[in-house]
Amino acid sequence: MDFKSTQTIYRQIEHWVYEQILSGAWQPGERAKSVRELAVAFEVNPNTVMRSYEHLQNQEIITNKRGIGFFINEDAADKIRALRKKEFLEEEVPEFLKNMKLLGITMEEVVAMAK
Amino acid sequence: MIQLDNVQFGYAKNQLLFNGVTWHFEQGHFYGLLGRNGAGKTTLLKIMTGLLFPQNGEAKLEGMPSYKRTTKQLQNVYFLQEEIYVPHLKIKEFEDAYAPFYPDFSHEQFSEYLREFEMDNMLGFIDKFSHGQKKKVMIAFALATNVPLLIMDEPTNGLDIPSKSTFRKIMASYADEQKTVLISTHQVRDLHSLIDAVSIIDNGRMILNAPADVITDKLLFDIDNEKAQDGKVFYTEETPRGIYQVKENLNHVDSALDLELLFNAAVQNKKEFTELFQ
Repeated sequence: MDFKSTQTIYRQIEHWVYEQILSGAWQPGERAKSVRELAVAFEVNPNTVMRSYEHLQNQEIITNKRGIGFFINEDAADKIRALRKKEFLEEEVPEFLKNMKLLGITMEEVVAMAK
Repeated sequence: MIQLDNVQFGYAKNQLLFNGVTWHFEQGHFYGLLGRNGAGKTTLLKIMTGLLFPQNGEAKLEGMPSYKRTTKQLQNVYFLQEEIYVPHLKIKEFEDAYAPFYPDFSHEQFSEYLREFEMDNMLGFIDKFSHGQKKKVMIAFALATNVPLLIMDEPTNGLDIPSKSTFRKIMASYADEQKTVLISTHQVRDLHSLIDAVSIIDNGRMILNAPADVITDKLLFDIDNEKAQDGKVFYTEETPRGIYQVKENLNHVDSALDLELLFNAAVQNKKEFTELFQ
């Protein structure tokens, strides 16, 4: 099955949070921006941001401390790399290979570029 | 809260505009009411708030028929109409005159919203302001009332480009579990990131009324190079990027809700959609 659905807003926010953590802008142990702050910054419904945060919590990237807010887990960056790697191998690589085939690009050409 | 049950209404004697509209709400959502020109969106809002009376069926506000317009009912709802009437008053005078009607009115919020709309230094009479400026004052006031149900008819009409963005930011900070917002609009691109429940009225009936997550669970909004082979396709639209499609979401894949595609799909598949979203 080949689904190329447009990405949902809550997934886009999730990926934005990945970037913040991987780039070091958000440090482990720190408090994540509040749901309201992000909703206002991105001009989206707070329920949407909440959905992203709940998903990030299920992925064990952030933790909800009742009444205080969400905090970045110590191993958040490792978790994200593992998730992104899986996504990359399962979604982006097949797409890449499909395009290579379509355009008649050989593996040798790609390997030469990577060197 | 507010609800409509089997409402019938028409302006002309033998022509019904609504033939049994039922509309219930879940608290804490941001509803977008969509419909073609003349579908009766504004009329529906007027019936809900007791400005027009249903000929049959029932419109209820705070557990009582809307037409009663008791103090308790009117304290709990604010209806910002598209064509706004503003009295010959300055902003401060308007606030002093109208705020006392709303027990939860916040003067701090009103000042804050005016500042965000860059209307805080306007000393003249509101009725002399431009259309967009009037609208911003009235939006700031409507939000500051903190009513549980806020109804706005085409709020972004007349707002300039930066003000639309300010409006979205204010709305994002305004939403919470206690407050329900209902916006009737054609400008879906202005508001799609805020709307998290959709109601579509067509041919005198509510053909869709569902939270966004229920919609995306049942429908897949997809862009692809060829038409889907599997499952039911409700709507397609060819573009240079590929074919936009609204189809049955057989595998429960998450996709981004597109309000324009949803609207077109809904009006073309009234019966199927009514069943799908029972």
